[in-house]
Amino acid sequence: MERKLQERKVNNIVCRCEEVTEQEIRDAIRKFNLTTVDEVKRLTRAGMGLCQGRTCGSLMEKILSEEINKKVSELLPLKKRPPVRPIKIKLLAKKERESE
Amino acid sequence: MKKCDVLVIGAGPAGLCCAIEAARAGADVILIDENRRPGGQLFKQIHKFFGSKQHKAGIRGFDIGIELLEEVQRYEVNMLLNTVAYGIFDDKTVEIVKDERITDTIQGKKILLATGAIENPVAFPGWTLPGVMGAGAAQTMINIHRVLPGRRFVILGTGNVGLIIAYQLLQAGADVIALVEAASKIGGYQVHASKIRRAGIPIFTSHTIKEVKGNMQVEEVVIVQLDDSWKPIEGTERTLSADCVCIAAGLHPSIELAQMAGCALGFSSELGGHLPLHNEDMETTVDGIYVAGDIAGVEEASTAMEEGRLAGIDMAQKLGHLSKDKAQDKKEKIRENLFALRSGSFGYLRYKAKLNIIQTMEAIKKNQEKKQWSYK
Repeated sequence: MERKLQERKVNNIVCRCEEVTEQEIRDAIRKFNLTTVDEVKRLTRAGMGLCQGRTCGSLMEKILSEEINKKVSELLPLKKRPPVRPIKIKLLAKKERESE
Repeated sequence: MKKCDVLVIGAGPAGLCCAIEAARAGADVILIDENRRPGGQLFKQIHKFFGSKQHKAGIRGFDIGIELLEEVQRYEVNMLLNTVAYGIFDDKTVEIVKDERITDTIQGKKILLATGAIENPVAFPGWTLPGVMGAGAAQTMINIHRVLPGRRFVILGTGNVGLIIAYQLLQAGADVIALVEAASKIGGYQVHASKIRRAGIPIFTSHTIKEVKGNMQVEEVVIVQLDDSWKPIEGTERTLSADCVCIAAGLHPSIELAQMAGCALGFSSELGGHLPLHNEDMETTVDGIYVAGDIAGVEEASTAMEEGRLAGIDMAQKLGHLSKDKAQDKKEKIRENLFALRSGSFGYLRYKAKLNIIQTMEAIKKNQEKKQWSYK
C-alpha cells in the first residue's frame, strides 16, 4: 500500500474515479498498440468510473494523440452510454420491476 | 411517461431562451435542469456584459437571469429542477431522475440539448490534491455559495475566465498570488488584465505549473518558464506559497447526450473541441434534436441566448405554431444579432468556425440524401 502510494505520487493520476495513472495509460497504448480512446478505456478502466470520463476523457485524448502521433481532432471522443450522470442503481431496478 | 411538444435539457441561457420562444408561440414545453436553481452560469456572472446595448451590454449576468426566469413563468413553461437526464433513447425519449428518487420518461416531439460545457483539466503532478479546482468551480463557490475555497490563490490561464475570476476572488477577500500563462501573451481582454495589474498581481506569461506540493492539501506551487517550443527551461523554477490553484484552461462542449442520440460530431479548436454538427437553425444530423449554447461550441452567454431563440423558433415553426414567414422574420433578426456578436478579432474566428460546422453538416446531409436516392 505504502509503495503503491509512492508510485502514484510519481506517476500522475489521470482518471481520479478509477485511479489510473498517466504511465499506466502510456504503457497500455504501447504494449497493445491502441489507437482509440475507447480501447484505452476498456484496457485500463480510465473513464469507467462514476463520472464516466467527464474529466479525464480529454486528458486521455491528449495522451493518445501524443503516443500515436495524431491530432486530437482526428480522434473520436469516448463513446457514451447511460447513465451519463451518477444515479442510484436501485432506481433503475425499481423502474424495471414496475415495467414488468 | 410524460409527453410534450418541446423538451429542453439544461436551463442555462440557451435552454431558457429556447423554452421562452417555443412557449410564446404556443408549444407545450418541459424544461429540466440538474441544479436546484435555473439560470446555468448566469447567476454567478456578477460582472457587466460587453457589446452593444441590444446584446444586454452593461447589464450584469444575474439580472439577465432574473429577466429570463420571469418570462419562463409568464409563458407557463413546465420546469423540473433537481432533475438529471441520464440517457436519451429511441423516439426522442429521455430518462430522468428527479430529486434523486423519482424516475420518469419524457418524450418530446422536438428536443433541445443545452447541456453547456465542462472545464478542461490540466494534469500536472499534484493536480489531484484538495485545493486544485476549476476556475469556474471557484467562481460558483464565491458568487453563488458565498464560500471562499482558499486564502491564497494561484490561477493557471489568463483567458477572460482566468482574469475575471482573479478579480472576483480579490473582491471576495482572497489573496491572488499570481496568474500563470503558458502562451507568451495574455489571452483575455486588456480591460480585465489591467484591473489585475493595477491590483499589483504578477502575471507570469510563458510559464506553467510544474508541480503542486502539499501533504494533505495544496501548500506550494512550483512554476517554471517555457521556451519558444513550450518546453520547460531548467533552473527557472520558482516556488509560490498558496493553498488553492484555479485552472482556467478553457472549456469543452458537454456532448454526452448528443453522442448517445447519434448526432454526427465535428471538431473545432476555436469552439472547444468535439461538438455536434448543426445547421443554421441549430438542428443536428438527427431530425428534431437541436443543440444551442456551449454544447454547440463554447462561446458566451449572449450568443447562447440567441442560439436558443433560433432553435425555439424553428421548433415552433415545424410544429405548426408559427407561420413560415413569421419564423423567417424572427430568424433573420437573430442571425443579424449573432453576426454582430461574432465580430472583432476573437469573434471573427468563432464566426468562421461556426460557418465551417454548418457547412460540414450541409455536406453530410447532401451525402445522406444522395445515398437514400441511390437505394431507391
